[in-house]
Amino acid sequence: MSYILQGETCEWEVVIGLEVHCQVVSNAKLFSGASTDFGGEPNDHVDLLDAGLPGMLPVINEVCVEQAVRTGLGLKAQINNRSVFSRKNYFYADMPFGYQITQFDQPIVGEGTIVLELGEGHYREVGVERLHLETDAGKSMHDQHPTKSFIDLNRAGVALMEIVSKPDLRSPEEVGAYLRKLRSIVRYLGTCDGNMDEGSMRCDVNVSVRPVGSEELRTRCEMKNVNSVRFAMQAVEYEAQRHIEIYDEGGEIKQETRLFDSSNGTTRSMRSKEEAHDYRYFPDPDLPPLVFSDEFVEQIRATLPELPDERRERYVSDYGLSEYDAGILVAEKDNAVYFEEVAKGRDAKLAANWIISTLFGLLKKEGKSISESPISADRLGKLLDLISNDTISGRIAKDVFEMMIETGNDPETIVEEKGLKQITDTGAIEGAVDEIIAANPDKVAEVQGGKEQLIGWFVGQVMKATQGKANPGAVNGMLKKKLLG
Amino acid sequence: MSNKLNQLTISEARDGLEKGDFTSVELTESCIGAMEKARGLNAYITETPELALERAKASDERRSGDGAASGMEGIPIAVKDLFCTEGVLTTAGSHILDGYKPVYESTVSNNLRQGGAVMLGKANLDEFAMGSANITSYYGNVINPWKATDGKDLVPGGSSGGSAAAVASHTCLAATGTDTGGSIRQPASFCGIVGMKPTYGRCSRWGIVAFASSLDQAGPMTKTVRDSAIMLNSMAGHDPKDSTSSPKATPNFEAALTGDIKGLRVGIPAEYKMDGTPEEIVKLWDQGTQWLKDAGAEIVDISLPHTKYALATYYIVAPAEASANLARYDGVRYGLRVDGESLDDMYMNTRGEGFGKEVQRRILMGAYVLSAGYYDAYYKKAQQVRTLISKDFNDAYEKVDVILTPTAPSAAFAIGEKMDDPIAMYLNDVFTVPTSMAGLPGISLPAGLSSSGLPLGLQLIGRAFDEETLYRAAGVLETAANFSAVPAFVEGA
Repeated sequence: MSYILQGETCEWEVVIGLEVHCQVVSNAKLFSGASTDFGGEPNDHVDLLDAGLPGMLPVINEVCVEQAVRTGLGLKAQINNRSVFSRKNYFYADMPFGYQITQFDQPIVGEGTIVLELGEGHYREVGVERLHLETDAGKSMHDQHPTKSFIDLNRAGVALMEIVSKPDLRSPEEVGAYLRKLRSIVRYLGTCDGNMDEGSMRCDVNVSVRPVGSEELRTRCEMKNVNSVRFAMQAVEYEAQRHIEIYDEGGEIKQETRLFDSSNGTTRSMRSKEEAHDYRYFPDPDLPPLVFSDEFVEQIRATLPELPDERRERYVSDYGLSEYDAGILVAEKDNAVYFEEVAKGRDAKLAANWIISTLFGLLKKEGKSISESPISADRLGKLLDLISNDTISGRIAKDVFEMMIETGNDPETIVEEKGLKQITDTGAIEGAVDEIIAANPDKVAEVQGGKEQLIGWFVGQVMKATQGKANPGAVNGMLKKKLLG
Repeated sequence: MSNKLNQLTISEARDGLEKGDFTSVELTESCIGAMEKARGLNAYITETPELALERAKASDERRSGDGAASGMEGIPIAVKDLFCTEGVLTTAGSHILDGYKPVYESTVSNNLRQGGAVMLGKANLDEFAMGSANITSYYGNVINPWKATDGKDLVPGGSSGGSAAAVASHTCLAATGTDTGGSIRQPASFCGIVGMKPTYGRCSRWGIVAFASSLDQAGPMTKTVRDSAIMLNSMAGHDPKDSTSSPKATPNFEAALTGDIKGLRVGIPAEYKMDGTPEEIVKLWDQGTQWLKDAGAEIVDISLPHTKYALATYYIVAPAEASANLARYDGVRYGLRVDGESLDDMYMNTRGEGFGKEVQRRILMGAYVLSAGYYDAYYKKAQQVRTLISKDFNDAYEKVDVILTPTAPSAAFAIGEKMDDPIAMYLNDVFTVPTSMAGLPGISLPAGLSSSGLPLGLQLIGRAFDEETLYRAAGVLETAANFSAVPAFVEGA
């Protein structure tokens, strides 16, 4: 699985760290009572504080603190009962205080881990350095007026969790797996909706390269505000190649912030270290240190949902699913919930197979999520029941599935109306079997001469003759008896 | 009791209003008249006579005559123009807040308003409360109602110089002030009135234009200690909108004025006997010590060893916080905007024109001490020293109940003096800054006159959230000092 890039002089490995900003799920902003709803007219969700009016003071929103702690627990991380908010000073038109309120040297959550799933049964643990709470900025709009920029402060002050990984990632695939896993965890926890296209989750990608075998950390470049998993992976690929080419030519990498251009998958310089801001961090004197008790943490821990890793393990041990199938089913909480509803009281492996190969295929084709599935868990379950109680065969079930989508009817009605009920009447099956045997004496001779695998061909012919309604097991048994004695 | 209503104290006016001797409208009209005559002092940036009369009328209508009214009901006051006041121009003495009328009322001014106080106008101040002489206001210098023997105009102190001058010239019965390093106590001393800086957290900071958040504290500026107690009761209280506001209940401060300090232990800090302090100030301090002793207090020599670092530490911490607090005045959303070629140009033009020299100096100092590579040497070190200053006081309060010091190292000086030397100006706060750094309450009251006939204040410093003891001691000191001199401006009026 290692991602090694061949340079002119040596082989290189990539060292990647991610800073992911997750918008906290909360009704109100981190320090004000204004709404966090997405959308709305510009400056609808702005209170006196968010506008940076004189004399306004921040008051911490306890819900956001709970969400940060919950996320920290989900990342199996150290929870810091005392943390400090600091001011990060810089000017920008959509940042009304002239500083961002963030956490600097004393974050609310310390070290944790994320387990990456890298294909069949292959896992890798990646370190989380920290998680801290901070405010989002507003939005500058430069396309509303020929000479002026407009400012929308709806997002200004919305709570973000910045989750910083250790420089543990080594390939674009691991970057993808990390982002998907983190998104899965925060969605399970209900602490962030994880929608990268709406900007409620975005990431800064830090990339450097080093010769294989070296332990050094070379100069890195940071790509800011990358807003999709694919783009993050592309940014790593491009940036790693760029670094290698520069080193191969005897050059040096300058530490800088770069912009990822999704239109062509490249990066370009935004500002160098010399131009970098001196943020002049210092503890925000408007906010006493954030202190909470162990009981507060334990109360949150007691309400933690089952997380994807535990759920996957349960699917393997309780349902007997493969690690791979279990991993696919648990990645999205909604999928897992759907699966469990279908699997309840039924053959879980059958349920898993149908969901992964048939339902997910359909959804992918139609670009829909499980919540938009045209087939409810209840109906899919009923379809599986029809297979299990031998009313229809698995092959017929595929047809019924298609018809369920077309007609919107439930599987029982379709089977009834279309007369798809499996023929379990041995007399009827026997008639068809006898006809096929009689019509193919040469093939009978071959079977009896030792070519037993030809029985499959006979089964197919019988199924064809019965329009698939015969029970394939019964057909198989009967053929064996008649041909081989 | 004075026959001019505007010259009354709060407690006198409270009694008169309650007895029906006069109405709040009459009282307010008297103040408005005095305010007009005192315009030469430039104590107000904005006068709000119509609003005042409206509120006075409403107060008269509310008054039931059953003695149930709040202590501030119907009392005309000035409000330092650092408090945001609903619908009324709020400038912080700065060009950069041009035309800014808040849609909200600061918690403290709202508490007073809800208590029935009548706002006469917004008092002048040093720009963003940065100054000790009220010579940095965009709206011009404030002139002290007291005159030097040579007839020169004197500074009223700062930064609450407009508030102090307004009270001393009897254009109002009292005024709000704010104190970051001495901005209530030093002008109170210069103008011969009582100025109280309560414990940090006693009054909400919500709606007060921030200078240095960890130090700023609102307080009353009044004619008497009793008035101070009455007014603080109205101003103080927990405010959920200010995370640094204390949840402690507000005691009845006036009830603390028992006049009895027998057995009270009064500390005299050796380190406040600084070289170069004028002899008359040392003499007044000794006199104050004697008065308290005569009243039954026990005098204890104490040491506050880190005092000498307080001023330097303050001039790191306060500008650092200010540099961030003033970043919001960027021309984007309200107040002054001076356009430019780019966003950065606009920032530079706006802030370059909008902020005066002293404010710019402090922003630069603040940005410097927080800069990468300097943070540890300056800001971090300053915070460590601040902890030691607090510890000095905590240790002292093992042995004493209050501490007596001078308020300022001099009487009011002439406008123009010390202006070319910021350090000399900063030294004005040498006795008041340590209290601020420790977040403790301190009160200045007029105790005597200088050789040139100008008022001199003494400062009492109390334990955190023990304003009651402070008032009790201040009341006794006030009685003993029996300060009755009247400023030239009022005499001549």
